[in-house]
Amino acid sequence: MSNFKTFSKGILEENPVLVMLLGTCPTLATTTLASTGVGMGLATTFVLVCSNIVISMLKRVIPKEVRLPCFIVVIAGFVTFVSFILQAYIPDLYDSLGIFLSLIVVNCIILGRAEMFASKNKVGASALDGLGMGLGFTLALFVIGSCREILGFGSWLGISFEDLLGFWPEPMLFFITPAGGFFVFGVVIAVVNLIMRAKNRKPKEKIGCEGCPHKAECTKQEGGCDAC
Amino acid sequence: MGNFIVTPSPHITSNHKTSTIMRDVIIALMPALVAAVVVFGIRALVVTAVCVASCVLFEYLIRRVMKRDATISDLSAVVTGILLAYNLPVTIPLWIAVIGSFIAIVVVKQMFGGIGQNFANPALTARIVLFASFAVHMTTWANPFDIDTISSATPLLDIEHADTMALFLGNVPGCLGETSALALLLGGIYLVLRRVISPVIPLTYLGTVFVLSWLLGSDPVNQLFAGGLMLGAIFMATDYATTPITTKGKFIFALGCGLMTIAIRLYGSYPEGVSFSILFMNLLTPLIDRVTKAKAFGTQKKKKGAEE
Repeated sequence: MSNFKTFSKGILEENPVLVMLLGTCPTLATTTLASTGVGMGLATTFVLVCSNIVISMLKRVIPKEVRLPCFIVVIAGFVTFVSFILQAYIPDLYDSLGIFLSLIVVNCIILGRAEMFASKNKVGASALDGLGMGLGFTLALFVIGSCREILGFGSWLGISFEDLLGFWPEPMLFFITPAGGFFVFGVVIAVVNLIMRAKNRKPKEKIGCEGCPHKAECTKQEGGCDAC
Repeated sequence: MGNFIVTPSPHITSNHKTSTIMRDVIIALMPALVAAVVVFGIRALVVTAVCVASCVLFEYLIRRVMKRDATISDLSAVVTGILLAYNLPVTIPLWIAVIGSFIAIVVVKQMFGGIGQNFANPALTARIVLFASFAVHMTTWANPFDIDTISSATPLLDIEHADTMALFLGNVPGCLGETSALALLLGGIYLVLRRVISPVIPLTYLGTVFVLSWLLGSDPVNQLFAGGLMLGAIFMATDYATTPITTKGKFIFALGCGLMTIAIRLYGSYPEGVSFSILFMNLLTPLIDRVTKAKAFGTQKKKKGAEE
């Protein structure tokens, strides 16, 4: 797999939240605002890249039987680091993420990448994989958070549309509730599926007459290949 | 011998079609509309018309977009529109009613495959989404006969001192179509006589509420006539697609609805629990159906330990 592919597969093709459906809990809990979603995503990305690098370096040292506790210890170390940094420098984000910041430790995306990728691949590739997966997670949280903030609060990234435009219909508080979160989550997954399906369909259209299995019969008929 | 016609089963058919059933439901809903117009004035009619028109329009458009057959002629969208309107207060801004129609038809009904495939009652789910979104608009009750003045609360909040006759006739604040128990009962009797609905669900639901509220020390008659119970029990909890098939299943379904309604009314933080309880039991319907599946003729239940 090329380096670029290692990085880019996490953005859409193997997006951890929207395709693999991992890490659903922080996805639903921290996306009432676009900004908290991005904050959560970036914090997770940092932990993911660091833990992927360290676990990849330690993969020969860690005994197979106790690998999961070892991974968790590494991840928990970096999560503690991130939460101290956020508490010191971005206290607003620290407060709005609350318990979910510590819960990054048990985020299945991070453990999943450690188990599926970092423990089997080289350090550089693991870092790229972590970065791609982390940015894919951040992107998903940003999209879901934006939808919920626009529909539920009538604002985007903290900018109120009513202040900006002078008028805005009353927002639907439903989208702030967990039920609304699930709804937006489902719709975004459906859109991603649509995109992926459209992507996969393209090569088939390009086949044309040369790749068509009926080419032998078609060319004998009147009008040739175009008639088929 | 030429008179024999060979056809596949089923051989016994009835004259019920979706459109005739829906037509009967619409007829049964009319007394409540008359009551609503009498009590709340012409705006009740306007709200209903907007809901029906937008429901039918959304049904037509979404079927076009999804490239499926047009289904507006089966009248189910009209019924959904009327039921949705009956669940809104008369003072509701009309654009909120249109959003409700969108949720009912596009999200709840068509996204799951259209009529007969929806897992929850469309009008009811739309009401709950609107309730969660626009709590102030959805609980602004107009006074009967004078909709410009706003009432303080629904009679449900002070059920012991409510006037039973006013509740029965509909002379109370509340949602558009739910206030008059008399009009809804007339519609329900018509549906049962026309064999459109079986009386099992309404009777069990109302009976459960009556008995439980009597046992728990509330006023059982007022509990029956107040709020959306009549509308829910007769028109919402009897929806074919979202309720169990067998009589036993219907009984369990209605019993659950009654239990939940009384639990929310007496102990919950919301004054009314009809819509939540029916939605909850809608979700349990597939499980109830599985438990109460009819035994195929001639088969025996496997006895315990029969294999050994």
